[in-house]
Amino acid sequence: MKIPLSYSFRNLWTRRLTTILTASGMALVVFVFASVLMLAEGLRKTLVQTGSYDNVVVIRKASNSETMSGVDRVQASIVETQPEVAIGENGQRLLAKEIVVLVNLLRRGSAKPALIQIRGINESSFPLRPQVKLVEGRMPRPGSHEIIAGLSIAKRYKGGGLNESLRFALRDWTVVGIFDAGNTGYSSEIWGDADQLMQAFRRPVYSSVIFKLRNSSEFQRLKERVESDPRLTLEAKRESKYYADQSEMMSMFLSILGLSLTIIFSLGAVVGAMITMYAAVANRTDEIGTLRALGFQRRNILLSFLVESLLLGFIGGCAGLFFASFMQFLTISTMNWQTFSELAFSFSLTFGIVYKSLLFSLVMGFIGGVLPAFRAARMNIVEALRAA
Amino acid sequence: MQLFKLLIKNSFRHKLRTSLTVLGITIAILAFGLLRTVVSAWYAGVEASSSARLITRNSISLIFFLPLSYKEKIRQIPGVKNISYSYWFGGIYISEKNFIPNFAVDAKTVFELWPEFVLSEKQKNDFMHDRKACVAGRKVAEKYGWKTGDTITLKGTIFPGNWDFILRGIYRGAFKSTDETQFFFHWDYLNESLKKTDPNRANQVGWYVVEVKRPDLAAEVGAEIDKTFKNSLAETITETEKAFQLGFVSMTEAIIIAVRIVSFVVIVIIMAVMANTMAMTARERIGEYAIMKTLGFGGWYIAGLIFGESFFIASMGCALGILATFPAAKAFGDAMSTYFPVFNVQRQTIYMDIAATFIVGLVAGVFPAWRAVKLRIADGLRRIG
Amino acid sequence: MENKPIVEIKNLYKSYRRGNQILTVLQDINLDIAGGEFMALMGPSGSGKTTLLNLIAGIDTADSGLIKVGGIDITDLSETELAHWRSSNIGFIFQFYNLIPVLTAFENVELPLTLTGLSKKERKEHARMALQIVNLADRMDHYPSQLSGGQQQRVAIARAVVTDPALLVADEPTGDLDRVSAKEILDLMERLVHELGKTIIMVTHDPRAAEMAHIIRHLDKGVLNATIQASH
Repeated sequence: MKIPLSYSFRNLWTRRLTTILTASGMALVVFVFASVLMLAEGLRKTLVQTGSYDNVVVIRKASNSETMSGVDRVQASIVETQPEVAIGENGQRLLAKEIVVLVNLLRRGSAKPALIQIRGINESSFPLRPQVKLVEGRMPRPGSHEIIAGLSIAKRYKGGGLNESLRFALRDWTVVGIFDAGNTGYSSEIWGDADQLMQAFRRPVYSSVIFKLRNSSEFQRLKERVESDPRLTLEAKRESKYYADQSEMMSMFLSILGLSLTIIFSLGAVVGAMITMYAAVANRTDEIGTLRALGFQRRNILLSFLVESLLLGFIGGCAGLFFASFMQFLTISTMNWQTFSELAFSFSLTFGIVYKSLLFSLVMGFIGGVLPAFRAARMNIVEALRAA
Repeated sequence: MQLFKLLIKNSFRHKLRTSLTVLGITIAILAFGLLRTVVSAWYAGVEASSSARLITRNSISLIFFLPLSYKEKIRQIPGVKNISYSYWFGGIYISEKNFIPNFAVDAKTVFELWPEFVLSEKQKNDFMHDRKACVAGRKVAEKYGWKTGDTITLKGTIFPGNWDFILRGIYRGAFKSTDETQFFFHWDYLNESLKKTDPNRANQVGWYVVEVKRPDLAAEVGAEIDKTFKNSLAETITETEKAFQLGFVSMTEAIIIAVRIVSFVVIVIIMAVMANTMAMTARERIGEYAIMKTLGFGGWYIAGLIFGESFFIASMGCALGILATFPAAKAFGDAMSTYFPVFNVQRQTIYMDIAATFIVGLVAGVFPAWRAVKLRIADGLRRIG
Repeated sequence: MENKPIVEIKNLYKSYRRGNQILTVLQDINLDIAGGEFMALMGPSGSGKTTLLNLIAGIDTADSGLIKVGGIDITDLSETELAHWRSSNIGFIFQFYNLIPVLTAFENVELPLTLTGLSKKERKEHARMALQIVNLADRMDHYPSQLSGGQQQRVAIARAVVTDPALLVADEPTGDLDRVSAKEILDLMERLVHELGKTIIMVTHDPRAAEMAHIIRHLDKGVLNATIQASH
């Protein structure tokens, strides 16, 4: 870099208003870009953490989600006897037959209902999910109309807090405990005793059978056996894949919408950068002539102006990222279109997103500055000096 | 007129800069318009609802069903003009990516309850007389190249197996807001099969659609229906179709809010760009403005010139942006038709475009104009040469 | 003083196009300039004097003819070579100083040195010396906007000599200065010639400036006319 870096810096500083306006445009674009990426990452994290690679979810064939699925008692028993099911410390099989239904509940402070998943569990359900811990209260007593609620439910839904009660299926259910499921989807669920719930909803079939593999590599063998058994109309998935599939439609929608928006916005910001840089070149025509007269080559001029617009982009990128990082304090809750149930997730900033955003801002700076930089480099010395 | 000519000449002094600014505004208005259209598309179902239709569903949630026996009981309630029912089938056409809303419906009453599905009498009759028949909307039929007489197979998710249907009719929507991507077939066909394979799930419907004699009877009739089934095994909630659709929309409210916010962000971005342009332009012309002041033109006249130029450039961008919105919306709507069955540019969106442009022009001109008014002639003259 | 001319020009032609017309600016110029000479180039507006200066300085290219500066035929150099040549062989002094506004006086003077192979320490040394020659060492951290016209021109001169070129070209160096400052600048230029052995070619309208030169040449309609030996 023959022409000093400070030349580029100080020129941006001298025309502060222009620099701020142009960089702000780029900052906003990077803000949207980073936010979209953070949202998709937050969604992925939530759903991925929700499922464990060593667990298997068995649901009715082609049913897509537990709420649409039905596994009757006979079929559930057949799955229970599969040799690949792990045995827990107490000698019991680590397998849970669960029922999952959707219920309309009202949010606190709003008349708007949301569809919440209620999961009927049994003894193995907690051990199968080490990410979930009871943090307040106690487990429901067997045979009672008691339930426990995930943290997100307790916080955001009417009647979901400790010692409050919810009404559904013609009964009142008391919340006797709160569980913490971290970032996973379980935080937006209510759990109760499977038998009680099956009776209350008069659904005599389970939704799913979940178990831990005694040996993770045996999955394929188990899957083939279960899916080809003529007595069963079931399919088996690794729990992690089951949850990843659930987010596919939402992820894709968010990605498409978000990225196409970002591209359109970036065009606007790039136009802004172009206008600024063309003006800079026009205003410093005599300087360009002087520099060339002194002996600087065309490529030195080109590089110098490019660096200036790359700096603009970089400043915008840093500012945009800075503001985007505050989004991490927000939680989004929306309906997952594949399962129809409410899902809460937040924005997650990763190193990958940071460097992608900065790279994006540099690209914007480059595209905005490249044509003006060429114009500066292609000037004729005598004509440029005449502009003094 | 003289003033207008001067404005135009001034705007085009810097052809490149003006063109780039106009381009920037065009892009911004285009993006803004598309985003607003996305928001209104989200509410499309709400827009298309009829105020004379009520939806009665199981009070627990949509995944619980109602017995067929409720039909007669509801029909007898005073104020009820007609009743039909629907069952979400959730079948997949070839692959999960091809999302089509498909329903099992009461063939006898479906066209009475949904007059906005328009098709010929012949097609209606063909449908009603063939138990395996199905009807599809114009958009989905076009997308997959279906013609009447074709056999269409859906893979069941809630009701397992491969289900074959014969396409007997293709409907078009009576209104622009009507969803033309729906697919429906005989509930009887589904029920007959269920009675054999899964009798526990037979004789049930997803929800009832009730037509009231007059829209003002809606609340009363709704309350009466719910009262009838209170404390029974399947309690109901009845609401107008509009309220029902709004309920769905509100579940994804967070996304709509985000899209709305982002649409305003676009306007802010372009405001920054435009303000930058006007500031640069005004700074370069300070000398001229000083000279004009010496000639006797007041600061307000110059401010007027600046605002005039700002609005002129902004309006050019706005006009181009609005023109570009229509083809862009068509392309976008076609690409995302799985998510948005109805994707029309509303008139309100255009008004908002114009309002946004006005604000951009105003904000962009304000600082330079203020500077020009305050300019002391001597300072300005010093800037020349 | 050297006998070999530092600038040799033979059969120089330069014209340029304006619309459909071709205007001949310089016609068959032949000129030798000796080393250590302080030459003033005068003539009416549009006579081509600035064009001739630009050609000698290597920032414009001739249509035909030979220009040798310091023994090197610059008409034979490519654009890149010419730029490289300029950085150590020519010093520029402009009417409006042409200092970079965002660099301090010191940085402006240091700028041409970044094109040489000198180390940072050496650059700073040379720049300091150049500023001492023009007597502005105390103002070196000021920006051009904080200096008077005369001071700015002195910085420009320091910049022009910092790479120790043999030849300096000046285009109306006193055109924007008041009488006192103009005299200062001209005295400084005279000292450069006398004490440092520089050769200066100065284009000027100002008769007082011309007086300071050793030799005055007139250019009219692209043709060099009689030479007037000044009273030095």
